[in-house]
Amino acid sequence: MFRWLQSQLPKIVLAPSFAAVIVFVYGFIGWTAYVSFTRSKLLPRYQFEGLLQYRKLWQMDRWYVALDNLLVFSVLFILFCMVLGLLLAVLLDQRIRVEGALRTIYLYPMALSFIVTGTAWKWLLNPGLGVQKVVRGFGFENFEFDWLVDPEMAIYTIVIAGVWQSSGFVMAMFLAGLRSIDDEIIKAAYIDGASLPRIYFGIIIPSMRPVFLSAFIVLAHLAIKSFDLIIVLTRGGPGYATDMPATFMYAMAFSRGRIGLAAASATIMMVTVIAIVVPYLYSELRNKGND
Amino acid sequence: MTESRFSAAGAAGTRMTFGRWLLFAVLGLFVLVYLMPLYVMVGTSLKDLEEIRSGSMLSWPETLTIAPWIKAWGSACVGIQCEGLKGYFWISVQITVPAVAISTLLGAVNGYVLTKWRFRFDNIIFALMLFGCFIPFQVVLLPMARLLGMLGLSGTISGLVLVHIVYGIGFTTLFFRNFYIGVPNELVKAATIDGAGFLTIFIRIMLPLSIPIIVVTVIWQFTQIWNDFLFGVSFSAGGAQPITVALNNIVNSSTGVKEYNLDMASAIIAGLPTLIVYVFAGRYFVRGLTSGSVKG
Repeated sequence: MFRWLQSQLPKIVLAPSFAAVIVFVYGFIGWTAYVSFTRSKLLPRYQFEGLLQYRKLWQMDRWYVALDNLLVFSVLFILFCMVLGLLLAVLLDQRIRVEGALRTIYLYPMALSFIVTGTAWKWLLNPGLGVQKVVRGFGFENFEFDWLVDPEMAIYTIVIAGVWQSSGFVMAMFLAGLRSIDDEIIKAAYIDGASLPRIYFGIIIPSMRPVFLSAFIVLAHLAIKSFDLIIVLTRGGPGYATDMPATFMYAMAFSRGRIGLAAASATIMMVTVIAIVVPYLYSELRNKGND
Repeated sequence: MTESRFSAAGAAGTRMTFGRWLLFAVLGLFVLVYLMPLYVMVGTSLKDLEEIRSGSMLSWPETLTIAPWIKAWGSACVGIQCEGLKGYFWISVQITVPAVAISTLLGAVNGYVLTKWRFRFDNIIFALMLFGCFIPFQVVLLPMARLLGMLGLSGTISGLVLVHIVYGIGFTTLFFRNFYIGVPNELVKAATIDGAGFLTIFIRIMLPLSIPIIVVTVIWQFTQIWNDFLFGVSFSAGGAQPITVALNNIVNSSTGVKEYNLDMASAIIAGLPTLIVYVFAGRYFVRGLTSGSVKG
């Protein structure tokens, strides 16, 4: 008996974590998915009602606004983070003596909570006393900058804060990618007389495709989950102009008492993430297995 | 390695050519962009409201005051209670410390089992755990809120500790697994032949080797949990709220005069612990970010 227990010890030790994941990840996903097919409002009800909640969801203007915002935010956020991250990484790769210090400065926002970042940008973008006043102080008396309270433009303030926070992270990923490229190839290209931009655009950047993919996955994932930044910067407003699926779900679940609808929106978020992440994880694990 | 990268270019690379100047100008510009919000935060937090209204946010305070800091720490109003952030800071500490310790320990054990005591389907188990890192947490909020309610853990520190452990396991396991894969299996085999058992090998051989990855994992988990807002705001209503939730309440409170200096002092207080860790152990923080490289 003791010997058997001893031989099973590794599995016994792993079991609690595995059980927790099964219940809290998969069980909970199942629960949410099921409830999205019921008429649940303030309290969950378990009678199956088919696609009722999804039909309601797709009739709500607020949901379309949330999806639209997510699309706009994701595209701009990912694009700017990638461009800035790559630019900074390439610049830092030029044998800079103070590289360590610069890297620390570009990356520190990543250590902060989105709530802290959001608070800072809420103040910087303050319509009365923020950037607008600074630029007016430079002599541009008619300068207007009130994106934070402009329903059309508020979403872009979230992009600004998001990019400020996350671009350093993309830089770190690209820098690691740049450093992993074989120096011999680059030297050979140099000797052949290729210019520096040509080496970067022709050799180095194309060979970093996996890094681009990883960065894209991470950023897309961050974008879909974005919640904190919106809450602190605009609270989804003005009105619901800057709502995104995550804030929509939260509002339905915890302040509107529409659990079924919240579950339906969460399920859609989940499916979206699966569509992005699973093929990536699958290929990652398969590649690792081949090593 | 990087030093030698462009050595083929000869001395041309080191002379201060026009290109080099441009390079430093651009890098310097970005330094300003990244530091500006921090500078404005610190500056604003040290001004009185009069100067905030009359002056530019970019100017350094003419008369320094630490009154906003004292108020943020001791008497700012979070909701209806006006006792400052100190209580919430302490709650965040009480949530973060056990959650980081336990999730790191579990990750170490899991990574050890998954690499050195392999069994059938261990890869599937790992894949299932890894997937847990990627779910949008909105999909677990509702059942979690109900379960915490049923367990009587709604609005408690223990409840949030539990939540952070459960959703941290995937990452900590990933970190340790990837690290232990590089530890030679022969080490474990030799120890087994010497009669060492599962736990002895873990404690005597694996853990002493694991200091770097423990540091990476602890920093990662500390940053994640201290900075968490979603779980905090969803599961702490009317109870033990972490500091991020309190900060949001201060910033988005609609009553009274808006005290921007108070907002900034509060934000810095909330961000300081992770910022300090980053400044002193940034190397490990970056390693966590890029080695996992699968996090959002």
